[in-house]
Amino acid sequence: MNAAVAETDHHDHGPAPGLMRWVTTTNHKDIGTLYLWFSLIMFFIGGAMALVIRSELFQPGLQIVDPQFFNSMTTMHALVMIFGVVMPAFVGLANWMLPMMVGAPDMALPRMNNWSFWILPFGFGMMLSTLFMPGGAPASGWTLYPPLSLQGGMAFPFLIFSIHLLGISSIMGAINIVATIQNLRAPGMTFMKMPLFVWTWFITAYLLVAVMPVLAGAVTMLLTDKFFGTAFFTAGGGGDPVMYQHIFWFFGHPEVYILILPSFGVVSEIIPTFARKHLFGYSSMVYATASIAFLSFIVWAHHMFTVGMPLSGELFFMFATMLIAVPTGVKVFNWVATMWRGAMTFETPMLFAIGFVVMFSIGGFSGVMLALAPVDFQYHDTYFVVAHFHYVLVPGSIFAIMAAVYYWLPKWTGNMYDEKWGKIHFWVSTIFVNLLFFPMHFVGLAGMPRRIPDYAVQFADFNAIASIGAFGFGFAQLIFVYVVFKCLRGGEKATDQVWEGAHGLEWTLSSPPPYHTFTDQPIIK
Amino acid sequence: MASTADNHYFVPHGAYWPLVGSVGLATTTGGLAVYLNGTSVGMTIMFAGVAILVVMLFGWFGTVVRESERGQYSAWEDKSFRLGMSWFIFSEVMFFAAFFGALFYARVFSVPWLLGEGSGASTHSVLWSAYNEIWPTNGPTNMGESDFHMGWWPLPFINTVILLTSGLTVTIAHHAVIKNNRTRFIWGLAATVALGFFFVYLQAVEYQHAYNEGMTLSSGIYGSTFFLLTGFHGFHVTMGAVILLVVLIRAIFGHFTPSRHFAFEAAAWYWHFVDVVWLGLFIFVYIL
Repeated sequence: MNAAVAETDHHDHGPAPGLMRWVTTTNHKDIGTLYLWFSLIMFFIGGAMALVIRSELFQPGLQIVDPQFFNSMTTMHALVMIFGVVMPAFVGLANWMLPMMVGAPDMALPRMNNWSFWILPFGFGMMLSTLFMPGGAPASGWTLYPPLSLQGGMAFPFLIFSIHLLGISSIMGAINIVATIQNLRAPGMTFMKMPLFVWTWFITAYLLVAVMPVLAGAVTMLLTDKFFGTAFFTAGGGGDPVMYQHIFWFFGHPEVYILILPSFGVVSEIIPTFARKHLFGYSSMVYATASIAFLSFIVWAHHMFTVGMPLSGELFFMFATMLIAVPTGVKVFNWVATMWRGAMTFETPMLFAIGFVVMFSIGGFSGVMLALAPVDFQYHDTYFVVAHFHYVLVPGSIFAIMAAVYYWLPKWTGNMYDEKWGKIHFWVSTIFVNLLFFPMHFVGLAGMPRRIPDYAVQFADFNAIASIGAFGFGFAQLIFVYVVFKCLRGGEKATDQVWEGAHGLEWTLSSPPPYHTFTDQPIIK
Repeated sequence: MASTADNHYFVPHGAYWPLVGSVGLATTTGGLAVYLNGTSVGMTIMFAGVAILVVMLFGWFGTVVRESERGQYSAWEDKSFRLGMSWFIFSEVMFFAAFFGALFYARVFSVPWLLGEGSGASTHSVLWSAYNEIWPTNGPTNMGESDFHMGWWPLPFINTVILLTSGLTVTIAHHAVIKNNRTRFIWGLAATVALGFFFVYLQAVEYQHAYNEGMTLSSGIYGSTFFLLTGFHGFHVTMGAVILLVVLIRAIFGHFTPSRHFAFEAAAWYWHFVDVVWLGLFIFVYIL
């Protein structure tokens, strides 16, 4: 080995000293940590916006914010939670866990990994700066339908470019994950031996590479329509505003699976550990995930049943959407079958995982209702839709992220977290999250429209309950912050295996694992 | 030492280039946003951002080239680069798919509906009963007031021949580098770069012709789809030609061997990608 190679070969070194370590790092654990902290901070920013919404909706009438700002809050809350919380949290988990789970030394493209993260603060800086611009932050809803989205103030081009930046970041992150899984698996780690979290991320990354560029194209057309005189979404020029909705939801529907598939992976890791059984139906889990990903590309127009599509379109998208219930049902069945006659214990990650299975299924059932075109004519743009997607995203994706953090925190820090406070966090969150979102089903079915700051007095009681739930759920997350900090500062030492029933390569490493994992690849038999 | 190059993956040391790249991206897009909001200084900010990005590209790729020439990458790292480039090209395909989707949607659905087909019957009879253009069209309000449209003869056809020829020359260069025929390798690359820039020049001539005829970005859905599809394609051809130019300069300096020439191959894949996109454009934008 020549001197030049030795000089730049840092495999056997620890992290660089000082704060610049975090700026220049190419280490998958450092970058995973950056993603997770970023996500947590954005969780509180997006949560604060949600509380502004729920404060205004606590009572009928306009009392706290003006309607324009209310609309900005619904728009920014969604953008922050989707692109700033759930996606970065899952990329952070992928960064931390994938190399350790497949026996790799690091991610495949470590410098690009750094760039994927460091675009995010700039992208969100640009997006959040629109709150302080003349005309206010974007207020058209996160879907940015024209012509409404083209009528904003100075915020518009900043919003479009921030979406471009976040898209670049996601695409690079996804390419890195695919390359890692394809190229860096240890000898003997065949595809059908990969942990489910690796599988779900592999498929998610494919979805990201396929649809983020389509979103970039859609918002680019918005930009040229506003500033360069094009007529993509102007009927007078031969275009069509509904065309935007088709392009957007061609991105948007795979996007909602991008937000949920890694959760499936997390839950499929946790339930076998605490049921002390192998995952029931491993290969059917893999095929179900792939089927869901495939179907996600051919169901987009179920988001727009009421725009006046031809009947054949309504029927196709209705039946294709209902098909998704089949592979999703396979997954829920497999999780329950894994627990069946297992030696179950209920540590915090398992509580969150079971909570996920139950409450995600509630969101799944309301999804099947919404898939039916004739009834969707009634539900479209009501709070029933809000209840549906919050059930799959909050006690769905967010609970899965919480479960993952509790599950792997002892591995990351070397310390056990405080089990008592973890369980308190789970129960308080679960009670309040249902108080928050379940009444929305009722007001939605009764006809309360979404994205409106005022409502008829008949909806007052359920809205008051939902707002109480929102504040309870929001402040319950401070318990999570407390538990994480307490765990970082110390606690009972974790063993290498951490959990009695845990299997997989990551549990063969020390807790915390060395700065550089698997410089020599393990052999999987 | 316990590990050999075969099972020892190269994890690079830390780098400032990603941060520089983020600053560059934010400055470029932020400057353009300021400019679009009507403040002319935004243009200056944007070009400052582009300059930062150029510095970043030189610095970052310079580092990678030096590492490669020092032999720090094995076949293992090479495969990661290949996978990364393949998936990047796939993402580019999907970016163009959005604009082709807009073109097909307009031609198959929105224009026929404006002409009164299907559920568009009342739109047509109430709003725009005089509208009868099929394609190309600038819409029922006659946006931009120009009915000019770009035929496939002669410039687009010549451009097709140019791009297909350049696909041939880059393949000749590829076979030459594998056989270690340096002269043919360099000349093949040089021909490809020249053809690439000539293509961009002819596109500029064609754009000038269109604008002289009054056909612009604001000429309804035809102008929108024409200029955004061909414009993004032209931008990608320019980028591809610049990438090939860098590869050519490296080749002149003696880089690449018969077994190790990933940068060249990546540039060639990218070149074939813009070639294929052009064939789609030539068929769906110019001929049909």
